[in-house]
Amino acid sequence: MPQYLLSVWHDEDYVVDFSTAEAQDRVAQVGAFNDELQRSGAWVFAAGLHPASSATVVRSAADGVSMTDGPYAETKEQMGGFWIIEAVDLDVALELAARGAAASGGPIEVRPLQG
Amino acid sequence: MTDTLDCVFRREAGRCTATLIRVLGDIDLAEEAVAEAFLIAAEQWPKRGIPPNPGGWLTTTARNRAIDRLRRESTRVERYIAAHQMHTQDTNPDATPEREALDRFVDVVPDDQLRLMFLCCHPALAADSQVALTLRLLGGLETSEIATAFLLPEATIAQRLVRAKRKLRDNHAPYRVPGAAELPDRLHAVLASIYLIYTEGHTATAGPALSRGDLSTEAIRIGRILATLMPDEPEVVGLLALMLLSEARRSSRVDDHGSMVRLADQDRSRWNPSLIEEGHGLVQACLRRNQPGPFQIQAAIAAVHTDAPTAADTDWNQIVALYDQLQAIQPNPVVALNRAVAVGALDGPSAGLDALANVILEDYQPYHAARADLLTRAERIDEAIAAYDRAIELTANSAEGEFLSRQRQHALQLAATLTRNERERQPYKQHAQERGRPCP
Repeated sequence: MPQYLLSVWHDEDYVVDFSTAEAQDRVAQVGAFNDELQRSGAWVFAAGLHPASSATVVRSAADGVSMTDGPYAETKEQMGGFWIIEAVDLDVALELAARGAAASGGPIEVRPLQG
Repeated sequence: MTDTLDCVFRREAGRCTATLIRVLGDIDLAEEAVAEAFLIAAEQWPKRGIPPNPGGWLTTTARNRAIDRLRRESTRVERYIAAHQMHTQDTNPDATPEREALDRFVDVVPDDQLRLMFLCCHPALAADSQVALTLRLLGGLETSEIATAFLLPEATIAQRLVRAKRKLRDNHAPYRVPGAAELPDRLHAVLASIYLIYTEGHTATAGPALSRGDLSTEAIRIGRILATLMPDEPEVVGLLALMLLSEARRSSRVDDHGSMVRLADQDRSRWNPSLIEEGHGLVQACLRRNQPGPFQIQAAIAAVHTDAPTAADTDWNQIVALYDQLQAIQPNPVVALNRAVAVGALDGPSAGLDALANVILEDYQPYHAARADLLTRAERIDEAIAAYDRAIELTANSAEGEFLSRQRQHALQLAATLTRNERERQPYKQHAQERGRPCP
């Protein structure tokens, strides 16, 4: 069955303060969405990510390995988390993405996995 | 003969491609098979005559070619069989599973064209890709023809088509008619795409000619197919009616010199009565259903316009009422602008300008053109000239540009007349006051 990457995007400076009621509400909604994915069999894998500032870019060249601090693309929006799901076709994947967007509160990019 | 062949091809291409995509599960393979069948037809038909059912002939030929090809490239057959989850066990040793399965799949189903429409206008595709794909696959237009119609390089359209098809394939976009729950949204995308093709043909966004009839004709043809396939969807019928009623006025929209003529100034004897009659019939049918939607209301507005024997006979009351209704279900600045123009016709330019007060469409040429006209009629010439300048700056269509320049000239002449009248009135006024009589 086709698999899709559903990535959630946030502003770069996005910081979650889990003490707020709003954040707690989000956590609950995303949890419910995850349960739903697992029940329906669409779930493959999912994770939230630490802020983009925690990223390191590693490059391999002829003269060795170089490392740079920060995310690969210095853009205002960064990926905050993702799901890998299984769906029979694009329309099902988009429908799940719509529910994921509602739960996470951020826009979701849907991208098919190769293979 | 060649003309007839072209007509048959154009008419059958979409239907044939639609079925072959379902049979083969791949857009490119379907296009190749259909192209091959057309080549065979172009060779055989002039000698043997056009078969009684040209569409069936083309689809069967394309299918047979495709099967031969799939057999030659056995990996594709395997992929295909896997994709369709066919049974490989068979009791008849002579039957090949792929042949049987293909036979079952190949019947021409009207739904195929609907599936293709929904695939071409999939919301995951950008609007310009939807339009190109619809014209190519459903309309059977060549890439070069689409490029000519949109005044774009052929390579641009070719790339747009390749990307769109690849996206649909990589994403496993389903080939189906959406279910009831998603249908309204998905259908709206299809209708919007067809209407975009129509309006692009009706008022070309760039270039010398105001109308590029081919696109309008294509949009109407596709609209008719859709109306045949979904006769119970009032918005589908509404869109067809809207296009027919706009099309009926097309020849009068430009004068003999290629300049634009406003609705009010059009020679109504040049309007096409049979298109108007057909359009009115469809609007009536929509009204009876009483499930109004944006396309039906716009069609009803067009029907009111085409109902008036002269511009002065236009029932502006009804038009404003219809715009009110349209604004209630589809509130947007363009609707508000058109409503303001109707209010201006009904209650005078000041009322029109009042209705326009909260509408801001800074980069929209028709906004400045409409405002300029209302301002001219309200005798606020300086503001009118500024609005005309902005409208002219924003138009890329030379027929529209010429029209606006002429209107601007009229506004300047009006200004001169007003000043002259003012000057002539002035001494008389003083004279009259001296004699202690009230001004006229």
